[in-house]
Amino acid sequence: MPYTLTINGQQHELDVDGDMPLLWAVRDHLHFTGTKFGCGMAQCGACTLHIDGVATRSCVLPVADAVGKAITTIEGLATPAAKAVQSAWVELQVPQCGYCQSGQVMSAAALLEQNNAPTDADIDAAMSGNICRCGTYPRIKAGIKMAASQVRNAGGAA
Amino acid sequence: MNTNRFSVNKQQSDIDTGRRSFLKVTAAGTAGLTLGISLSTSAQAQAAATSVADTALEYNAFVSITPENVVRIYIKHLEMGQGVYTGLATCVAEELDADWQQVVCEHAPVDTAKYANLLMGQQGTGGSTAMANSFMQLRRAGAAAKAMLVNAAAQRWQVPADEISVHEGVVSHGAHRATFGELAVDAARQTPPAADTLVLKTPDQFRLIGSETTLRKDTGKQDGTAIYTQDVQLPGMLTAVVAHAPRFGARVRSFDASAALARKGVRQVFEIDTGIAVVADDYWSATKGRELLQIEWDDSSAETRSSATLLEQYRSLVETEGAVAEQHGNAVGTLADASDKLELVFEFPYLAHAQMEPVNCVAQVSGHSAELWYGCQSATGDQSAVAQLLGIRPQDVRINTVFAGGGFGRRANPKADYVLETVRIARQLPDTPVKLVWSREDDMQGGFYRPAYAHKLSAALNDQGRPSAFQARIAGQSIMAGTSMAAMMVNNGIDNTSVEGLTEFSYDVPERQVELHTTDVGIPVQWWRSVGNTHTAFSKEVFIDALARKAGVDPVEYRLSLLTSNPRETAVLKLAAEKAGWGTRELPAGWGRGVAVHTSFGSTVAEIAEVSVEGNKFKVERVVAAIDCGIAVNPDVVRAQVEGAIAYGLSAALQDELTLTDGVVDQSNFHNYQVLRMNAMPVVETHILPSTNAPSGVGEPGTPPIAPAVANALADATRQRLTRLPLRLA
Ligand code: FES
Ligand code: FES
Repeated sequence: MPYTLTINGQQHELDVDGDMPLLWAVRDHLHFTGTKFGCGMAQCGACTLHIDGVATRSCVLPVADAVGKAITTIEGLATPAAKAVQSAWVELQVPQCGYCQSGQVMSAAALLEQNNAPTDADIDAAMSGNICRCGTYPRIKAGIKMAASQVRNAGGAA
Repeated sequence: MNTNRFSVNKQQSDIDTGRRSFLKVTAAGTAGLTLGISLSTSAQAQAAATSVADTALEYNAFVSITPENVVRIYIKHLEMGQGVYTGLATCVAEELDADWQQVVCEHAPVDTAKYANLLMGQQGTGGSTAMANSFMQLRRAGAAAKAMLVNAAAQRWQVPADEISVHEGVVSHGAHRATFGELAVDAARQTPPAADTLVLKTPDQFRLIGSETTLRKDTGKQDGTAIYTQDVQLPGMLTAVVAHAPRFGARVRSFDASAALARKGVRQVFEIDTGIAVVADDYWSATKGRELLQIEWDDSSAETRSSATLLEQYRSLVETEGAVAEQHGNAVGTLADASDKLELVFEFPYLAHAQMEPVNCVAQVSGHSAELWYGCQSATGDQSAVAQLLGIRPQDVRINTVFAGGGFGRRANPKADYVLETVRIARQLPDTPVKLVWSREDDMQGGFYRPAYAHKLSAALNDQGRPSAFQARIAGQSIMAGTSMAAMMVNNGIDNTSVEGLTEFSYDVPERQVELHTTDVGIPVQWWRSVGNTHTAFSKEVFIDALARKAGVDPVEYRLSLLTSNPRETAVLKLAAEKAGWGTRELPAGWGRGVAVHTSFGSTVAEIAEVSVEGNKFKVERVVAAIDCGIAVNPDVVRAQVEGAIAYGLSAALQDELTLTDGVVDQSNFHNYQVLRMNAMPVVETHILPSTNAPSGVGEPGTPPIAPAVANALADATRQRLTRLPLRLA
């Protein structure tokens, strides 16, 4: 049946089953391919996007439950904290294969919106749901710290 | 694959620049390698298509320069995170004296004559050979293109070519000055210089090679614009999934697709060689359709053994004599007579690659041609396998290579398994692009694992506790048997990849024997980051450590005393020990420290792991690595690869384990096949040994030493000598 989703500030109509996970609606029907598929069972974080600002695994969220919410995908990331994460990722050359990195960036950006001075333990807690088989974890951690200090210097986020 | 097993074909190493004897102007949109991507609807692909619409002027197989001043470098290896875009482009840009900013990279098409891996004789990526085989070839390609630019400028300005200088993308002479773009058309008309006239830089002239400031060229990974197989979108494309048998070797006896076909979005269901294919409008519909299939499997030729049964059999096998892989002196006799001996038995489970992007591929079959889009790793092999399946010519199989979301070996399948599965489906739907997607479960249960092994290592010791004879027995499946590489890699029944790392033993032991029991098991196996070294380095380095402890000698000192004829391992080991504060830095109570050193793919890596232990739980806190990989073309990429290789190997040391019960894989996804997550990642420090030698591998050599370093650290902390992976303290 038809659903209206609000993605990156724009309304999108699509006609799919309500139990289709948001991931596949976004990827296969709306062609936002930045959000990745890694496990389909909320284990790897590759499909992370923001629902009303909260990092959410889209592979287990039915489309019907996303109606009326503000959905942000990697393509729509725009807050200063998110931009700081992305520029730290480039500066520290975080990605290797990159397949997990959309999800890593989404989780990291959501963390910084809540906490602009995360400790190692905070970062482990927020990021351990995102698997990186290339092992970029040390650089992700350094990237989050770099972005956090940039956010603090700009006087932004919590 | 050990690089020294491949011989460099001299003639091929010279194909680089001399090959092109005529000017080929690639017109807008007709470049074969960009066609596939220009069909894509993604933003990045559109951007790529637009930029290629500029007339690209090919100077040779690897370089084109546009009037818009873009230097496009064709990358003959698959970018799967290991940094080949950056590393290979650096070699070209160095000798071309391009501005790094003006360089863009693109995967080369599959064209074995132009783009063969010079260490393999066919186009393909693997064995950590990308840089080793390309270093001189690409530098020459850059130098040749530069010579053409200089000659064009000399003609234009009527000045002697040898007075012209080139710096960061600008050609100049006195008051004359031109960008590459301004000279692009004229330069492309120049006759490519003969290979023997090219003068390459000396290492002291390097500006980009060894630079710490060159950013990676595989961009778009922080903002979701990088395109992987999973992201390829083509007009009219359908998505396919396949229901595979739960047991390897089983066949379909019968199936009922009526419920699946009635499901919205499902287009077709049919049997193929590997199972039942469900083709649908999108992935979700395809998987929902698959759930509705009723399939009866015929297990009569299936592998039905359990992994525990196999390992038990392997443990008995290593007590018996195997086929001799290597023999120096009479190790067996010396061991039989020895009064002091050490023996240890080791065990290794099956491992899945579990790369982040599950296996996938896009194919379209039309008449007598086929076009594919995917992270293609075995270019020549895949192309000929597809051609053979379809009964067409290899050159009629066009492959468009996109980024791969990790590989670790899985994407280079010697049987082209997932590629052929895609083509088997696509040929049933002519002129329709079909994307095959494996779910995580399909990927994890789909076979092609690092084989399970058992080893038994024995040493006879002299009165100083030094080994006078050494014997290793290995039992497990052959990776190469039955593949097209068997002719090269299997000699007298010995698959080199089963024994590499224990053969060509790095320690000074006068008498040595390595034996192999190759087992016949129906579980598909494949290389996994660092191949045989995944297990041989573990048993070798744990065993040496146990010998050191038995002799009461410091494990670094003990190794150094056995490495007097191996200056390279000596230097790397000393560097790691010094940087880790071995013997000088106190560890907190309850911590342990362990070391391992190993040479693979032409590079030597030593790693020192520090672990904290609480009861039977432990955490790897810090790893200090030292690497000698020859010239580090991009030091940051080298460090990233060592960090990643450590994480990958550590995952297997701590928890990866794939088991089968009665032939059925027990694990299915990341909830029951646990991999390393951020909370278990240690601090990693990588030190690169300065070198002027030719570059050697970096993608794999960092993996082998980590598991033994951690096991040795646990022995240091707890006195428990763990010989089974994954590591579990009692
Ligand atoms: S794909 Fe959603 S968490 Fe893995
Ligand atoms: S960068 Fe490859 S999985 Fe994270």
